[in-house]
Amino acid sequence: MTEKVLMKGNEAIAEAAIKAGCRHYFGYPITPQTEIAAYMAKRMPKIEGTFLQAESEIAAINMVYGVAATGKRVMTSSSSPGIALKSEGLSYLAGADLPALVVNVQRGGPGLGGIQPSQSDYFQATKAGGHGDFRMIVLAPAFVQEMADLTIKGFDLADKYRMTSMILADGTMGQMMEPVEIREDAEITTYDKPWAVTGTGCKREHNIVNSLFLKPDQLEKTNIERYERYKLIEESEAMYEEFMMEDAEICVVAFGIAARVSQNAIVEARKQGIKVGMIRPITLWPFPKKPLLAAADKVNKFISVELSMGQMVEDIELAIRCKKPVELCNRVGGMIPSPEEVLAKIKEANGGKN
Amino acid sequence: MIVFDKPKALTDAPLHYCPGCTHGIIHRLVAEAIDELGIEGKTIGVAPVGCSVMAYDYFSCDMVEAAHGRAPAVATGIKRSDPSNIVFTYQGDGDLASIGTAETVHAATRNENITVIFVNNAIYGMTGGQMAPTSLPGQVTQTSPYGRDTKLCGFPVRVCEMLSELEGPEYLERVAVNNVKNIKKAKAAIKKAFENQINGKGFSLVEVVSTCPTNWGMTPKDALKWVDDNMIPYYPLGVYKDRSGKEEK
Repeated sequence: MTEKVLMKGNEAIAEAAIKAGCRHYFGYPITPQTEIAAYMAKRMPKIEGTFLQAESEIAAINMVYGVAATGKRVMTSSSSPGIALKSEGLSYLAGADLPALVVNVQRGGPGLGGIQPSQSDYFQATKAGGHGDFRMIVLAPAFVQEMADLTIKGFDLADKYRMTSMILADGTMGQMMEPVEIREDAEITTYDKPWAVTGTGCKREHNIVNSLFLKPDQLEKTNIERYERYKLIEESEAMYEEFMMEDAEICVVAFGIAARVSQNAIVEARKQGIKVGMIRPITLWPFPKKPLLAAADKVNKFISVELSMGQMVEDIELAIRCKKPVELCNRVGGMIPSPEEVLAKIKEANGGKN
Repeated sequence: MIVFDKPKALTDAPLHYCPGCTHGIIHRLVAEAIDELGIEGKTIGVAPVGCSVMAYDYFSCDMVEAAHGRAPAVATGIKRSDPSNIVFTYQGDGDLASIGTAETVHAATRNENITVIFVNNAIYGMTGGQMAPTSLPGQVTQTSPYGRDTKLCGFPVRVCEMLSELEGPEYLERVAVNNVKNIKKAKAAIKKAFENQINGKGFSLVEVVSTCPTNWGMTPKDALKWVDDNMIPYYPLGVYKDRSGKEEK
């Protein structure tokens, strides 16, 4: 039986992770995601799981690396400055082809920045998670329900493709309370992991989990193989949602909290007769290029609504091959654009009409 | 009649270490301990970054390569995943006592039930002989060409002494492998560090004072003598903590 319960976004992530079979959590306190650690600290001991408060973000991600090497589902969570510290581990996880779930509940930056919501780690998550050629699957929830669903999905994709899935949320999504349903009957797929270090039992050759390849031709081969996997992901795993796009002349592109604000603005703009719709990327990598390119032949303009100085703008321009102008509607530093601000931008894009 | 054989816990891969380097001896001691305790099938080793970075090719058990200094954190994850496995790290001085100091101290203070083999040869070998956290005062290296100046670079870190102040760790011992007598003691310490883990006693670290003839610029023989003359006086051998056993020092 499944019932709806009122949960914070951060708690929904934690409970969904447990539902997905994650029994190992490592973290380090940082606002605004500490509820995840607090929830895990309470729950894990009761289900024979591991909650461990590491000495640093770096240690936490390396503990994740250790558990991932044994083939078990494992996660860590942090916020922007902490994710920067984890980037070393993110690169090693990629280099060793280990699956893991990492949550970034973003706050404003750069530097220590602030503790209010932000989306300014878009570049970091989608393009520069660490040194070397690698990608992470980046999932951007816009509802508390999605915080839960995408956590379960993230574990599945991580195992399926042997890589890191990142939940890219923000302080609002983490703190917001909404009814959420963690489906008791949700199907959890399990994957064979013959590569895992579980002890040879003296019955097989030893497994080695490693990212070191001193011979350049071998290292090149691992990179190319990994990118073949990434290509498959780009072809089959992009997720997005369209809103009022059927007859739209203006296309808003927004994810997470920015998408929710934009939705209100779009409903109001429609009342005023402006043909505007939205494409909401749910996966930021792979970026939903196909629907955006298709929309480029129908709409006159795109507006990227972001809580950054304009990071997703570049991906939209690439996806639509610069066929139409892309304007930016943004607030940063922990500020969130109001529906009125987005509406004003939509009106401006509409040529000041209406 | 075979009187001397390779331990089963070592693979057939030829070691890449320099002539006269004592890593080979220490690998062998670890492998002998694993063989004698019959734990190869459930042992998982964690290799560091440094000269022993490719230790994963040399031990027959499952192996994981860690980022520089992070081996105790990686080992923590592996051990917590399945506490019935026997988990050891094999780390050099730069890895354990410089970039990985926090991971070392906190694994120790948590009394994480793992075995740490710490090879201290007072220099960064893999990168060509730079000053290590354990380089001796006055020691000439590539990055201390006029000798380690303690006014500028501070003093060497004595890991066993430092960790012995913590409540957490179970067992800390410093040994050396520069002569037969010391090698025998080193073997006993390493075996004990694994036994402690098997018996659930907790964090056990064996510091092995070792040599680097190549980067010390000495013959292997002179390097072994340098251990006696310079290393051991600064890094006294002995048991620094043995909670379950007798406190000897």
